[in-house]
Amino acid sequence: MSEPLLKVRDLKIGATVYPPGEKPHDIEIVHGVSFDLMPGKVLGLIGESGAGKSTIGLSSMAYGRGGVKITGGEVWVNGRDILQSKLSDIRKLRGGEVTYVSQSAAASFNPAKPIMEQVVEAAVEQGKFSRKNAEARARALFDKLGLPDPDNIGERYPHQVSGGQLQRCMTALALCPEPDLVVFDEPTTALDVTTQIDVLMAIKEAIRDTGVAALYITHDLAVVAQVSDDIMVLRQGETVEYGPVNQIINEPQEEYTQALVSVRSIDHEEKAPTEEPVLSARNVTARYSGTKFDVLHNVNVDLYPGQTLAVVGESGSGKSTLARVITGLLPPREGDIQFAGRTLSPDFKNRTREDLRELQMIYQMADVAMNPRQTVGTIIGRPLEFYFGLRGAEKRKRIQELLDEIELGDGFIDRYPAELSGGQKQRVCIARALAAKPKVIICDEVTSALDPLVADGILKLLLNLQKIEDVAYLFITHDLATVKAISDNIAVMYKGKVQRYGGKTEVLSPPFDDYTDLLLSSVPEMKLGWLEEVIANRKMESAGN
Amino acid sequence: MHPVLKLLTQRIALSLILLLMISVLIFAGTMILPGDVAQSILGQSATPEALENLRAELGLNDPPVTRYFQWFFGALQGDLGTALTSGQDITSAIGSRLSNTLFLAFWAALIAVPLAIFLGLLSVRYKDRWPDKLISGVTLASISIPEFLIGYVLMYLVAVKLRWFPSVAMINDSMNLWQKLNSIALPVAVLTLVVLAHMMRMTRAAILNVMQSAYIETAELKGLSTFKVIWRHAFPNSIAPIVNVVMLNLAYLVVGVVVIEVVFVYPGMGQYLVDHVSKRDVPVVQACGLIFAAVYIGLNMVADIVSILSNPRLRHPK
Repeated sequence: MSEPLLKVRDLKIGATVYPPGEKPHDIEIVHGVSFDLMPGKVLGLIGESGAGKSTIGLSSMAYGRGGVKITGGEVWVNGRDILQSKLSDIRKLRGGEVTYVSQSAAASFNPAKPIMEQVVEAAVEQGKFSRKNAEARARALFDKLGLPDPDNIGERYPHQVSGGQLQRCMTALALCPEPDLVVFDEPTTALDVTTQIDVLMAIKEAIRDTGVAALYITHDLAVVAQVSDDIMVLRQGETVEYGPVNQIINEPQEEYTQALVSVRSIDHEEKAPTEEPVLSARNVTARYSGTKFDVLHNVNVDLYPGQTLAVVGESGSGKSTLARVITGLLPPREGDIQFAGRTLSPDFKNRTREDLRELQMIYQMADVAMNPRQTVGTIIGRPLEFYFGLRGAEKRKRIQELLDEIELGDGFIDRYPAELSGGQKQRVCIARALAAKPKVIICDEVTSALDPLVADGILKLLLNLQKIEDVAYLFITHDLATVKAISDNIAVMYKGKVQRYGGKTEVLSPPFDDYTDLLLSSVPEMKLGWLEEVIANRKMESAGN
Repeated sequence: MHPVLKLLTQRIALSLILLLMISVLIFAGTMILPGDVAQSILGQSATPEALENLRAELGLNDPPVTRYFQWFFGALQGDLGTALTSGQDITSAIGSRLSNTLFLAFWAALIAVPLAIFLGLLSVRYKDRWPDKLISGVTLASISIPEFLIGYVLMYLVAVKLRWFPSVAMINDSMNLWQKLNSIALPVAVLTLVVLAHMMRMTRAAILNVMQSAYIETAELKGLSTFKVIWRHAFPNSIAPIVNVVMLNLAYLVVGVVVIEVVFVYPGMGQYLVDHVSKRDVPVVQACGLIFAAVYIGLNMVADIVSILSNPRLRHPK
């Protein structure tokens, strides 16, 4: 049997942390992980955030992000222990033998330089190719990865191509120096489902055609199942399960892996529309000031009391703009918003305090939606003071009740946002919205930044709260699994228009229009060979291409 | 029209309007200065008739608006008027002074700007290690010491003790370039020390700001050496703030060097201005003010233009 290309033994990685109010200290974030990767094979590293998967991926280039340090173990690449190598030898390895594809190509490309210059830089710098040959090779890769106009796209600057295209350019950048190993770090996570599928296929074919080995890092088991030969499931810096892809997907041994495989277990019965909608958009057409085209075209949707309307579509479809129109941040050009039997003023500045109270919002990034210098109690207490004039013991009692409702205990009232996990932060934002006793909450991608299991918990909580508080949700998301889990009605948006609208069962049952079909078929399924199947059956391209 | 061209046209038009407004301010400012030119020319013992005659002769009795337009259109045609005290033509008097000032500023800038940027890059490369601390320490010390003190200390050590360069920076047209450079070596050195810290610290801060970006990690993972990462990937993205601070310092080199000129007895604009302020020679003060304002606005305009051109999103729109 041949030697493994990458051999990791008992890898330990540490970091210095700076918790608020405490002295900085060292912690261990990866506790002795071992694996082998044979030439030309793909190993999927999967786990939630904080599992250490990116950190392990970068250790194959002897690189630690920020204050991260490799504290023990061995990393053998092509028969050399790179942790014992000199810095100058490590530099030859980086960008030559091992290359890296990051999650956000938009941030990982230098905005000041044309794409081609960046794609060939490592290959030229490492002496693998002359500049001319490297450029020819890059153009061939652009072509293979399905980029439009492969001969000239390299002359463009990063901001001149779309997110999906830039992610492929990043893959070309990684493959250009003919590396032995590519580390893919969540390469499709930031993309729309419909774009993800194209990029995924491009990556898969590129791996197969070039015979390069890869570490494929992601939190999405369904995605990694499409490209990997082996899968390693990680949790909090330890290996949970490690085996061939077939065994992990079809016969997971560990309880945690089983939970990952069967995630999204929510069962939600669709409710029939009641007579009067609580919130309606009537013939809404909107554009941003200074632009010459409409972002929303004649949008009509209804949200019924105590129910959920999911607005789904890819980025640029106008779903967040709809939320901006409803909240009065963007007055529409035509049409109006009906709310609880009255017409809302187009501009939020002219709305009454009651209007504002009854229409609350929860955002995607719970982190930035809270003042980091305020305690949880202050954050939740603010709407109680503002809308109901609660003070002192009365306010504190209500905060406690709200904390109980979002399944966080008493201990949280005096904590700061920095001391909470991502899921806990989102729960606090939910409590803040609920504190105003609203009729409608607009949820803008509230689970997109969360790990699947945590997101699942949030969705269950939201459904539960809907029963108790009888609040309606306008749920904006690009994730169809979330839509299936939570909605009563669905509006599918495409290029600013409502493409398909109706009850959940109706919208999700055939016959589909082409776009809904594309959207539904693009959701990764936990099934081997799904990717090839769906690509073969596609009827149209995504708008992101 | 290409958006960059539009932006640049706007920027240049704005600068011209600004200069126009400044010219009004300068004129109005010299109007409200206390004192009377006629009085200061003729002295305390002058008779009222003599004063009145001189005022009429100098045009001091015309309405201010008329005098402003006469002055402004004269200045546009290169005629800055005549000095009240000496009767000299101001344009020709300022001409040689201005070229001396620009000569000094040019050589100081030629040394200080590349040196400051190089030291800034070096500071980033060795961030928080001894070269960084040494560079910061020395440059901050040199900006903190008053420039005349640095001037006299250098003069004592280099000119008096070592006798390498002359202590007085006199230049005239009969000298060749080498002699001139030899003559201004000390003031150039002092000016360099004075403007170095500001530019170097800004270069360091601007680049460090960019060093946090994800594309720097990409560059590091390509196996580039730290200096190549800084030079190729961080520096091009921090040009705008660096150019801004460089231009501010260049403007200082032209406009603010009066102390150095006095210390080294250099025949530049600053001395000329100060002399005539004390003589209440209003046309000369106005002319100097206008030229300084033009230099300031012009250099800041260049900074804006470079910032716009260094932004690829503006240069290459979608």
